[in-house]
Amino acid sequence: MAITTNESIFEDNLLNVRDLKISFKTDEGIIKAVDGIDFSVKRGQTLGIVGESGSGKSVSTWSIMQLLPKNSIIHKDSSIQFRRKDGEIVEITQLKPNSRGLRQIRGGEVALIFQEPMSSFSPVYTVGNQIVEAILEHRKVSKEEAQEIAVDMLSRVGISNPRQRFKQYPFELSGGMRQRAMIAVALSMSPSLLIADEPTTSLDVTIQAQILKLMEQLQDELGMSIIFITHNLGVIAQVAEEIEVMYLGKILERGTTKEIIQNPLHPYTQALLKAIPQLDHLGERLKAISGDIPSPLARPTGCPFHTRCEKVMPGICDVEMPNLTQISETHKVFCFLHEEKDV
Amino acid sequence: MSDILLEIKDLKVHFPIRKESFLGGVTKYVKAVDGVSFYIERGETLGLVGESGSGKTTIGRAILRAIEPTEGQVRFNIDGQMLDLAKYTEKEMRSLRRHLQLIFQDPYSSLNPRMTVRDIIAEPLVAQRLVQGDEVDERVRVAAAHCKLNVEYLRRFPHAFSGGQRQRIGIARALVSRPQFIVCDESVSALDVSIQAEILNLLMDLQAEFGFTYLFIAHDLSVVAHISRRVAVMYLGQLVEMAPTKELFYAPKHPYTEALMSAIPETDPDLEMNPVQLEGEIPSPINPPPGCHFHPRCLYAQDKCKTEIPQWQEVSTGHFVACHFADTLTLKGVNMPDRVASKD
Repeated sequence: MAITTNESIFEDNLLNVRDLKISFKTDEGIIKAVDGIDFSVKRGQTLGIVGESGSGKSVSTWSIMQLLPKNSIIHKDSSIQFRRKDGEIVEITQLKPNSRGLRQIRGGEVALIFQEPMSSFSPVYTVGNQIVEAILEHRKVSKEEAQEIAVDMLSRVGISNPRQRFKQYPFELSGGMRQRAMIAVALSMSPSLLIADEPTTSLDVTIQAQILKLMEQLQDELGMSIIFITHNLGVIAQVAEEIEVMYLGKILERGTTKEIIQNPLHPYTQALLKAIPQLDHLGERLKAISGDIPSPLARPTGCPFHTRCEKVMPGICDVEMPNLTQISETHKVFCFLHEEKDV
Repeated sequence: MSDILLEIKDLKVHFPIRKESFLGGVTKYVKAVDGVSFYIERGETLGLVGESGSGKTTIGRAILRAIEPTEGQVRFNIDGQMLDLAKYTEKEMRSLRRHLQLIFQDPYSSLNPRMTVRDIIAEPLVAQRLVQGDEVDERVRVAAAHCKLNVEYLRRFPHAFSGGQRQRIGIARALVSRPQFIVCDESVSALDVSIQAEILNLLMDLQAEFGFTYLFIAHDLSVVAHISRRVAVMYLGQLVEMAPTKELFYAPKHPYTEALMSAIPETDPDLEMNPVQLEGEIPSPINPPPGCHFHPRCLYAQDKCKTEIPQWQEVSTGHFVACHFADTLTLKGVNMPDRVASKD
């Protein structure tokens, strides 16, 4: 299963995604959720993915664990290469969903935390029971050792009285505590990649700040990489080193956090930033993006954003998808405004 | 006092819960709202913030009498007379309902899927028999136009619409009875940022045009700051601070407000966030801590805070706070940008 031919493109990358295309078969037709995206994640780095609903940000990352619903189709030319802890590079798209290899990666090497802390635990087992089960699945330890690891992890994520909480059921914990318990489950296997899909969206600002701080500390300690998915640009500016902006299944711009926030080049990124209420512009009118996000069943031709873009050039933007323009070594944008003039 | 539209005094909403024990049932109370007083002037927006479980939604619903207040007054100005809504019977309340409306959080579950958009928007008019016949359609068309809804949409059903359009239908329904006061309960929280901006603009435009008064409840502090003239902060069923928006954000006087402000994520990657870490969780409203409710998590708590309940006092014009040490503490607000500092 190991792929050796493309070894050179890896360097210090943990994950390499090339030409990822994912569609869903539905009664109304085929929905293209992710339409040919490339990205990679470096070791120890936090990559932020920003986008509105329907942009494909969750679908593209959940595919790394093959956690997509049955009606999904990953295109056969798509490649998701992941470097395992022992150095072996695996092509995840070629692993069978129930194979041993994939089950070792899921949870053990790639962990996922998501938005709903209520539905992510089984209500009929204690919190401790569920953490221990996950540890026993992925680490060669005895049950007693697993319990010690679980209690230790609960206290590391800032849960007071971890030994007591260990014996409690999920409904006995508050939302913020359940979210931290879920992070504890994810981190107790010391994964090399953590996918955090809107992990703080339903939480109060105070708890959100605590959890962001905790993730940062644990990343420093364990050296893991994080893919952080959110629609909140304030949160992402604080946690990510690089940001990727997605819209309708395409990446429109990618760069370091500073490049994206301080010098956004794609009209969509610019519009997103202007749409957030800022504390130093109180009471001023917000710049809304006109129109609605198009239905994925009726994807616009050309650049997906052209139907709502202020700077749309008719006859150009609605015909073809713009090519990648490299602004700096790290800053890339897909927009005709920035392509060479001879287009 | 004539420009005050709504004034609530010492409002309490307690929900009874029964704790079974072998000696018989013991009734305890969840004190969701426990002695809250504030006023809202005509045409202004008061923001209401606080963590989940602090009682924000319950206050909104109690004003509208969707939840019965346990104690206290809800005085509403109708034609210059302050009427106490808390004393009205359900039947008497019906004639007043058109003055008070609510915009919900979830644009998906708050619209009946089996009614057309026209019938949804017309419902307040029909239910309260405000107008008859053709006039209903006329009012619906006007309300839809104000919310930038296409007239053709009126015959369709809500499932055909996106989140932003559904929220506009909800707003059209709220304004069709020409209310004076609207409670917006997390009305933009479920929307994407680009749509959220559009709905906030719409709410502000409608306010400028019709002089609506809003009670704007939300947990996103930047959104609340954007739309509100004054902001009130709740903790465990009580107000801890209330002030004009800029004063509250830049110069908070209550340690809890300071903690909230420090937790707002900075969009500028050059600015390091340094949130005040609050110890523990928000306590249960069944058994709130004695003294100042916030003392177990407060960084500045003294012995006095554990026993004495702080008074709700006005420290400067329009700036209210409930803290024993409001005069002595120097607290940090949101980083004030230079431009704003020079503007004021």
